[in-house]
Amino acid sequence: MIWFVLMLSALLGIATPVFAQEGPLIRSQSKRPQSFNPDISLDGLFAAGYFSEPENLQFGAHDPNERGFTLQNLELTFTGVVDPFFRAEGHLIFGLEDGESFVEVEEAFLTTLGLPYGFQIMAGQFFTRFGRLNRLHPHAWDFADQTIINTLMFGGDGIRNPGVQISALLPLPFYLELIGSAQNAKGETATSFLSTSGETFAGRPILDKEIHSGNDLLYMSRLKTSFDLSETVTWVVGTSHLFGSNGTGIDTETRILGIDLFVKWKPLMTDHGWPFVTLQGEVMRRSYEAGKTNTLPALPEERFNTDGFYIQSLYGFKRRWVAGFRYGQADATKPDDPRTGDRWRISPNLTFYPSEFSKIRLQYNLDRSDDLADPIHAVFVQYEFLIGAHAAHIF
Amino acid sequence: MKQIFVWGVLLVAMQIPLSVDAAPIKVITTTEDLAAITREIGGDRVQVDFIAKGVQDPHFIEAKPSYMLKLSRAKLFVQVGLGLEAEWIPSLLMGARNVKILRGRNGHVDASEGVALLEVPRERIDRSAGDVHGQGNPHYWLDPLNGKQIARNIAAGLKRIDPEGKEQYDQNVIQFSRRLDAAMARWSEAMKPFKEKKVITYHNSWPYFLRRFGLMAVGYVEPKPGIPPSSSHLIQLIERIKEEKVKIIIVEPYFNSKTPQFVARKSGAKVVVLPPSVSKATGMTDYFQLFDHIVATLTTALE
Repeated sequence: MIWFVLMLSALLGIATPVFAQEGPLIRSQSKRPQSFNPDISLDGLFAAGYFSEPENLQFGAHDPNERGFTLQNLELTFTGVVDPFFRAEGHLIFGLEDGESFVEVEEAFLTTLGLPYGFQIMAGQFFTRFGRLNRLHPHAWDFADQTIINTLMFGGDGIRNPGVQISALLPLPFYLELIGSAQNAKGETATSFLSTSGETFAGRPILDKEIHSGNDLLYMSRLKTSFDLSETVTWVVGTSHLFGSNGTGIDTETRILGIDLFVKWKPLMTDHGWPFVTLQGEVMRRSYEAGKTNTLPALPEERFNTDGFYIQSLYGFKRRWVAGFRYGQADATKPDDPRTGDRWRISPNLTFYPSEFSKIRLQYNLDRSDDLADPIHAVFVQYEFLIGAHAAHIF
Repeated sequence: MKQIFVWGVLLVAMQIPLSVDAAPIKVITTTEDLAAITREIGGDRVQVDFIAKGVQDPHFIEAKPSYMLKLSRAKLFVQVGLGLEAEWIPSLLMGARNVKILRGRNGHVDASEGVALLEVPRERIDRSAGDVHGQGNPHYWLDPLNGKQIARNIAAGLKRIDPEGKEQYDQNVIQFSRRLDAAMARWSEAMKPFKEKKVITYHNSWPYFLRRFGLMAVGYVEPKPGIPPSSSHLIQLIERIKEEKVKIIIVEPYFNSKTPQFVARKSGAKVVVLPPSVSKATGMTDYFQLFDHIVATLTTALE
């Protein structure tokens, strides 16, 4: 049978040059290409989507969000060592909105190389290291879209802003990392905090607040630990705490707490990294003090607690193939209004990686909200290419 | 209150002495082969640990936080280099925050320094050629004579951070090289009858070994490094094996042997599983045992 398939495909001319591997065989001292250019890569992430309703619930800025084609993300990355003291990286995003092109400074920061006692300082524009997903760029996601809880808490682009972060790997017999950061709290990349004036939250207008003191910044603390249960199973557990002022009143504050878990099983001997199984989840609670309004409609001071979580599992069942399943739910449907109804989403998917530099993904979303009579069905075909330097793998 | 506690813990932690001078020097290597050679050179002055086990494919190692912890405590770090560990070492080194073992520092050893490399691309290459390594084929430790240069590189690193041990390290390099020469004579003798024999390998990971012992790879199960074979490639491979009267297909233990088995069945060649690395788990605890095993397996298979 296999023989027949082989003959057939040979006849159809699915040919690859034989022994293309026999490249130039030179005996020489290696001549390393020396240049001081940074490592550069360009990553293109696209999707074709179909929704059962044209008005859908994909509020993530990089989600496939319309019937037809979406440019999810075109990311230009530069990384390199600055000098003996710092390493730096920059990630610029190019996007399209109604035919207009735009550029975003997704991340640009330096990291210290040589602080003593396991300290490391990061400064610049960066994704807040809250939980597992927020820091990931869209092409590193395991699903075609952002989770509903991340969109709800951190907005369409995730939470990122200029600031500084200090972290330390503690000198303990096990892995324990402490991270603390302070960042600006303004703008659409800090929606649960000072956000953007002119927007609203729970019916209250977001005020144009001046930064008066350190209280008007965004603070995060995170504890992350990891242990190898055996040679094949590794756990990573973290807790994160984010707090800062929000834009609905003079002294109003928001706090977000999160717990995250990641477990990976991978046998010692793998065929190019396959097979593997992962389990990942994050639970978050936001406590938002909304100020009272001075204009109509008159709204009192009020505290809104919003909870949500997602849990996902990936199964790399055969070399180059990964099947995934994700369930997410949250207390609110719309990111700018916690009074909206409960919602949940189920997302199975299947990803094929022709190589480490490309992928094709098929995903189905079943989206349900108490505010809608019927669920929304969506199907995405997502594809990615990466040219240039290889992205670093993080665990 | 909570913050005060956290800072308190940090301050206390700083008081814990991170190293004691009399203690053996902690060396972390990326592979078990490099760990074996480091033990030969460092003797009782060093305490050696490694990340990738010999039974694992060194291209595909997870960047686990526990490895960062190991690297954070190392005085010396030894890697194969040439991009073999490129997928996982950069993020591990960043996470370890140990500046002393970064490239260009005293505690960093790239074991490929000064090794005569094969397959260094002469022209501009791109990834249509698969997972090619731009600086040359990184499987150089599979030529036993390259073990000498690896040993010299490791000794140079050890001398930088432990000058007091200079004599011992130099002596150990000499001893190790002599033992390699003696073993080499034995391995060459055993492999002599098989000079010019043609073989197929799964991945292009054996050019250094084959060249040293006069064998020839006339094809690979992979059409391009890291790219799974298409059916047309396999048909051509089977034809080639028959034409060239190739007897064996060399496969590393971690690759899926289903495809090589299929090619073997259709062509009359046989699959030989050859470990490319020292591995305690399989009973080969040093660099010599690795080649003893490879040579014994190959001579039996080629007879």
